[in-house]
Amino acid sequence: MSEDIEKLYKDMAQSIIDGDSDISVELAQKAIAINMPPLDAITKGFVVGVNYIGDQFGLGEAFLPELVMAGEAMKAAVATLEPELLKLGEARETMGRVVLATVEGDIHEIGKTLVGTMLSASGFEVTDLGVDQPAEKIIGKALEINASIIGLSALLTTTMVRQRELIEELDKENLRPRIKVMVGGAPITRDWATKIKADGTSEDAVGAVKLAKELVGKA
Amino acid sequence: MSHKKIKTISDPKIKLEVLTKEEIIKIHEATLNIIENVGIRFPSKRALEIWEAVGADVNHDKKIVKVKPYLIEDALKQCPPKYVLAARDPQQDLPLDGNHVCLGTDGCGVEVIDINTGEKRTTELQDVRDISRVADATEEVAFHWVPVSAQDTPAEARGLHELKAVWENSTKHVQTESIYNVEEAKASMEMLEILAGGKDKLRERPMLSLMQCTAPPLGHDGGSLDAALIAAEYGVPTGFMTMSSCLTTGPATMAGTLAVGNAEVVAATALLQLAYPGAPVFYAAALTATDPRSGAYTGGGPEDFLFGAAVNALSDFYNIPLSMGSFATGAKEPNWQAGLEGGLSTFMASVVMSDMLLGCGFLHGSRIWSYAEMMMDCEIFSIIHKMMQGIVVDEETLAMDSIASVGPGGHFLAQKHTRNHTRDLFMPQFLDRRPYTLWEDKKDDARDWATAKAKKILKEHQPDPLDEKISKEFERIIKSVEKK
Repeated sequence: MSEDIEKLYKDMAQSIIDGDSDISVELAQKAIAINMPPLDAITKGFVVGVNYIGDQFGLGEAFLPELVMAGEAMKAAVATLEPELLKLGEARETMGRVVLATVEGDIHEIGKTLVGTMLSASGFEVTDLGVDQPAEKIIGKALEINASIIGLSALLTTTMVRQRELIEELDKENLRPRIKVMVGGAPITRDWATKIKADGTSEDAVGAVKLAKELVGKA
Repeated sequence: MSHKKIKTISDPKIKLEVLTKEEIIKIHEATLNIIENVGIRFPSKRALEIWEAVGADVNHDKKIVKVKPYLIEDALKQCPPKYVLAARDPQQDLPLDGNHVCLGTDGCGVEVIDINTGEKRTTELQDVRDISRVADATEEVAFHWVPVSAQDTPAEARGLHELKAVWENSTKHVQTESIYNVEEAKASMEMLEILAGGKDKLRERPMLSLMQCTAPPLGHDGGSLDAALIAAEYGVPTGFMTMSSCLTTGPATMAGTLAVGNAEVVAATALLQLAYPGAPVFYAAALTATDPRSGAYTGGGPEDFLFGAAVNALSDFYNIPLSMGSFATGAKEPNWQAGLEGGLSTFMASVVMSDMLLGCGFLHGSRIWSYAEMMMDCEIFSIIHKMMQGIVVDEETLAMDSIASVGPGGHFLAQKHTRNHTRDLFMPQFLDRRPYTLWEDKKDDARDWATAKAKKILKEHQPDPLDEKISKEFERIIKSVEKK
């Protein structure tokens, strides 16, 4: 392998560590221009940076903004490479697909957004539907993209009941255990998750990643 | 090396006025009135002679001295307002200049919660070594008091054994509260001279300071006075600490207790200036209120917190540095009470910029040393250090570009501005912000983490060693003081 390619991989990793989407996109375009296999660019370049930041975060040396910015830079690079992957009929190996949403009637989302970022950074393919989402829309999206996990957020005691309704709906349609359900939000306790027969809950984004990995059998 | 760094509070953005200018002058006038008309007890031949020589009214039988206000006020004008507490490592010198708050360890305890067994036991010389080594490693501790008593050493030379132990295990400044007679004072000056490399150098960079307790109300201990005079002669910073306490050694009222304590400190400070004009001195205080139900003196409580701020108003009035008692608690374990009393007393003493804070590490009225308490006290100091920086308001911190780019909804986590300023935020070591379930699985808390941190330091930290030749000389001096 030439030194130039070595250097390109290093720069790719560094662009993620720096959380610089402009540079990560530029490097992804460069990879396409020199006919670098897009999967190589991802696994030997960009992912190295994501893993580094993840490790630093685990050690308490990096903090949430760095993680989020690394996640954004990664997303931008992958989006640039995606058309090439499709052309080659290749798919990036992911930990699994996750649909995230805040339940109907609730507009709180910072926690859910954090979970989404952390899951993306950890190799999950995340579709975040946003806030105030009815159950049928969330389930519809999960089926459409063949998701393994639905993550449901609620901040209010008055809206957290929607989590139960969605789980009941999945059960009615016999979609479980094919689709696992993680619930979260400030009022959500372990007891609540058990009571509504969710597959798990976590109070923070780090725990959510751990849980998601367990749910897809890749812990 | 990271452990060389010392964290001190400076350039405060928060201010507090606990006493008005008029109130300070009232307390000062009451103080002069006490010294002139009630008198202060000075049970030292040398001290009484000094007072007599300047024309004070001396009663040799009762050893009580009454002094005209002008004598006191003139003497106090000789006090240097600023000087440096030198450390074995000059990088760790501490400027007492009114713009630095330095944390010390507390002293002098008689029991320790053994870090390995978790059991309480009598303190020994090895505990002085271990605590000094842990203090050496923390950036929050700026200087040492002798933390606990080396009860396995001969009483007549104990203060010297303790000094040697601290110097051998840390490069930071030492302020001892355990040298209070002529023999040990002379011997400690001899040790200091060897450490500094000569009498002149000792005077330039005193690596030791002496703290003497007053004998309230309105009295002093003879040995303490003589020891203080010896230190002042050598140019070693010396302070008198009043521990006057509402209800017992002071009136129940806080103003009255302030006047009593102030009279003790001011009179003794004036004595040192009359004997050695310009000698570096400091004000020291640990005023508090006695428990009305039991008579207990433990420190802590709202009166203690108010005194913490008020005494600095007095020492500022006299323009001399202050060594202020803080972190005092009656708690028997590192718990709610310990955190409350440590936090509030230290905040009040810091917000007024007391030069020295005494100090971290104790439970049960400065009797029982706890490593966990020490580490958690350090975190309290760090929190206050952060608070004292206040809120910076400028173009950069208003973050208008970042706010505009996020807009309504969304979040700030992906903003470069956010990343650049994340480390401005306080990163706690011992505050529990974990998910409930994580706590539920372990049921551990700050005390466990603090103990683990101290254990790690004890296992790993090696302070810069003291020259073996100096240690040998120390040994010789200590032997000469020990009874044959």
